[in-house]
Amino acid sequence: MAVTTEQIADAMYEMVKEVQGKKKLKAMDLTHAMIDRYGAEGCDKKMCKAAIRDLIDNDRCVYTYFGGSYIELPHEEGAASGG
Amino acid sequence: MSETNGKGSATPLLDELEKGDWPSFVTQIKEMAADGNEQCQQLLELLERSYREKIGHWKHGGIVGVHGYGGGVIGRYNDLPEEFPAIAHFHTLRVNMPTGWFYTSEVLRKICDIWDEHGSGLTNMHGSTGDIILLGTTTDELEPTFQALSEADFDLGGSGSDVRTPSACVGPARCEWACYDTLDLCNDLTQTFQDELHRPAFPYKFKFKCSGCPNDCVASIARSDMSIIGTWRDDIRIDQDEVRAYAEGGMNIERDICGNCPTKCMAWDGNELEIDNSNCVKCMHCINAMPKALRPGVDTGATILLGAKAPIVQGAQLSSVLIPFIKLEPPYQEIKDLAERIWDFWGEHGKNRERVGELMQRVGLGNFLEAIEVEPLPEMIAAPRDNPYVFYEEYYEEEDEEAEEEEPAAVP
Ligand code: SF4
Ligand code: SF4
Repeated sequence: MAVTTEQIADAMYEMVKEVQGKKKLKAMDLTHAMIDRYGAEGCDKKMCKAAIRDLIDNDRCVYTYFGGSYIELPHEEGAASGG
Repeated sequence: MSETNGKGSATPLLDELEKGDWPSFVTQIKEMAADGNEQCQQLLELLERSYREKIGHWKHGGIVGVHGYGGGVIGRYNDLPEEFPAIAHFHTLRVNMPTGWFYTSEVLRKICDIWDEHGSGLTNMHGSTGDIILLGTTTDELEPTFQALSEADFDLGGSGSDVRTPSACVGPARCEWACYDTLDLCNDLTQTFQDELHRPAFPYKFKFKCSGCPNDCVASIARSDMSIIGTWRDDIRIDQDEVRAYAEGGMNIERDICGNCPTKCMAWDGNELEIDNSNCVKCMHCINAMPKALRPGVDTGATILLGAKAPIVQGAQLSSVLIPFIKLEPPYQEIKDLAERIWDFWGEHGKNRERVGELMQRVGLGNFLEAIEVEPLPEMIAAPRDNPYVFYEEYYEEEDEEAEEEEPAAVP
């Protein structure tokens, strides 16, 4: 199934939103999930990379670091408040 | 803090770190604290407290960063923000250093000015990755600092699960042993992999380090996932007159040069030095000892090794040979393609926080090489196997398997 970068970005965003606060996803988790969903013919790693960049550049998601780098929804930084 | 309040030093434990011959970071922070830098004053107090309580008071990570980037900023917060408000946020910025660490004093002043304005003023030149480390600022100051650094032609380096800022020895800029242009390759890799450097997409970090010869001044064999170490494949160049001059000058060539050659491939008859180059392992010992007489050959390139890491879960690991010899000339496509094939396989099969070297061990070198399309070669073997049980698949026919199943187990 052929998809656009925007569609991949939207699907990734939904995935991140769904697990926010419960599980952290890495860029490669999102990429694998998209390739599983749309098939390698319709969605490749390059498109996934572009979709992630789109999510970050448009402030829909942010990178976080907790022993490794993750992609999450923008949120209030817990550590900043001393919590 | 350094003042004593008439009751002795306020930082007796930190003061211990000022003793001895070496420069002390405590002395330097105290100097800035004495100049009225509040962040430095509170930093000393917090550090002393940590030493006293044997508890770290820093929390690390989080969502801080500059817009669009997933690396380059390391979030730090102290867990006692009411007591230490000036360092409640104390984030670190990693700034991509100039390749080979060449600066003009004007540029260094510029960086310090930016940091005095936007951060604590404390720097660490350089961190273990080689970056310029700017220590201590608040979340609000991150974007303005980044903006000022960009205007001064600097960019952030890597952090997190991305390509870390590649580093190189001074190479041909200052060193006669350089077997390839470390500066050019390092800069080229940095420019080519900007996306991988700023947007973390790997299971964990990936470091490139470029050393111009086997002296390996950037310790790439111990500290990088991909070590690119200059070497040569022809003969060591010998100036026999200079060898004799070393001997006349009192050097014991037989004992100190030939005797210390790890493969004993050198011979000295009192007049001529001979090297059996086919057995030279390019350790650099003889060249380092007699720099006027010996030089690397002229057919130069590099050995690529993979998989070093500092001790984390399974202990430290040195990188091991992947490509015994490669010519390194722009545009360095072969090495870039190799890196991308490795990342593909790692991205597909690597576990979270698993370094490439660990993946290689977990899946086995044979499978790893097949996946990244590299032919196995004898140079990849670090030591001969000591397990005498060898399983040769091609000699093990199906009938043998059936016969084995039918036969009762032998009683010893
Ligand atoms: S690694 Fe070799 S080429 Fe590079 S600076 Fe050291 S001695 Fe010179
Ligand atoms: S470089 Fe090392 S191995 Fe080669 S000849 Fe010199 S001492 Fe021997």
